[in-house]
Amino acid sequence: MAWWQQIEWSPFVLSFKLAGVTVAILFVIAIPFAWRLSQSRSRFKPLLEAMTALPIVLPPSVLGFYMLMLLSHNSALGHFLEESFNIKLAFSFTGLVIASCFYSFPFMVQPLQSGFESLNRHMIEASYLAGKNMHTTLLKVALPNIKPSLITALIISFAHTVGEFGVVLMVGGNIPDKTRVASVAIYDLVEVMDYDKANLYAGVLLLFSFSVLVSVYWFNYRHKIRVGTVL
Amino acid sequence: MLRIDVQKPIHGSSGYMTLFVNQQVDKGDFVVIMGESGAGKSTLLRIIAGLEEAKGKMTMGNAVWQDAHKRLPIQQRNVGFVFQDYALFDNMSVKENLLFVNADVPLAEELLEMMEITQIAQRNVTTLSGGQKQRVALARALMRRPKLLLMDEPLSALDPRIRRKLSRQILALHERFGMTTLMVSHDVTEAKAMATRLWFVESAEVHEYPLSMLDALYEEE
Repeated sequence: MAWWQQIEWSPFVLSFKLAGVTVAILFVIAIPFAWRLSQSRSRFKPLLEAMTALPIVLPPSVLGFYMLMLLSHNSALGHFLEESFNIKLAFSFTGLVIASCFYSFPFMVQPLQSGFESLNRHMIEASYLAGKNMHTTLLKVALPNIKPSLITALIISFAHTVGEFGVVLMVGGNIPDKTRVASVAIYDLVEVMDYDKANLYAGVLLLFSFSVLVSVYWFNYRHKIRVGTVL
Repeated sequence: MLRIDVQKPIHGSSGYMTLFVNQQVDKGDFVVIMGESGAGKSTLLRIIAGLEEAKGKMTMGNAVWQDAHKRLPIQQRNVGFVFQDYALFDNMSVKENLLFVNADVPLAEELLEMMEITQIAQRNVTTLSGGQKQRVALARALMRRPKLLLMDEPLSALDPRIRRKLSRQILALHERFGMTTLMVSHDVTEAKAMATRLWFVESAEVHEYPLSMLDALYEEE
């Protein structure tokens, strides 16, 4: 049997589906959030920035634990959703999406925020002086001028969501076709000592992550050459 | 026409101080603002445009731009503003920079013509020279037909040959659109060629001097 026939692809499909949905949701939330943060002079800004960065430093099990508490039917939210709409979030794909949004939030916000902050302040002001409101300024002036940051944010949060393990395991468990994503499947294979298969799965993820990073750095390198900051 | 009576704390060349401005500008004036660096010249322009907050009162004709109760947003003041670093929208072509402000094609074409940049109208602005960029910025600043044009050292980054030409073009725009203009400058020759009035900022206070005193002001230093 060829190597690709030995792989069960459904955990990968699930990983990519999770990452795709998460990135789509984060994209909508993170752009206005990062923009506000970049333009803010409020003294609460450091507090918001710290909260945003929290998922980077927290052990995934800690984040996963709180998410599980929040989503399970023992919590007010979980109870309400289950009683009123018959929606169960813990150990479900929807639950995974919600947890992933928290987990990958900083990876979307931070590149966007630093992109917005690196823009020439006067360019933004010129848009206001032209009579444009903040919304138009964001869409027509700010966003088109931070393309590399935008690409970085999208791709890195996608890859990071594919790469999550701890949070997924805590919140989603290990249900085939529902919550068993690729990283969890590898853990599973190791537990049953199927190292050959684990090796294959790991290789696929390694190749994927590496290609993603190469494409991001390549894109930014090309962009820098085009705008002339690298000779 | 424009009455300014504002105060703002700034940290300038000699530490913390308060910028005091109590001046009036009449329609058609071309005021050149000079004075030591860090004295608050740029801040003054930014306060007028609404880009920075200050205490006090400011009126433009019958419209109150700011007083104790309100501050008119930048967008509603309709001032033309030209930065020293051009501040063009890098994602747009020359013509798009103008039309983004106001989709008035005949006006855009007239301004491109006056600034002699019709030839480069389709170029992306990141490919232009400094002189070309500043001409685009000037044209862009006039796209909403502002009554008031504010320029923060628009010529300082350009070489002398281009400066002379551009200063003539600025005067032509000032006349053609019947504007009132305030320009920050460091250059005595430039001031002599363009100004109808002279403001001098020293120790964070703005004083008016007769133009004939220009040379004397700069000899003292």
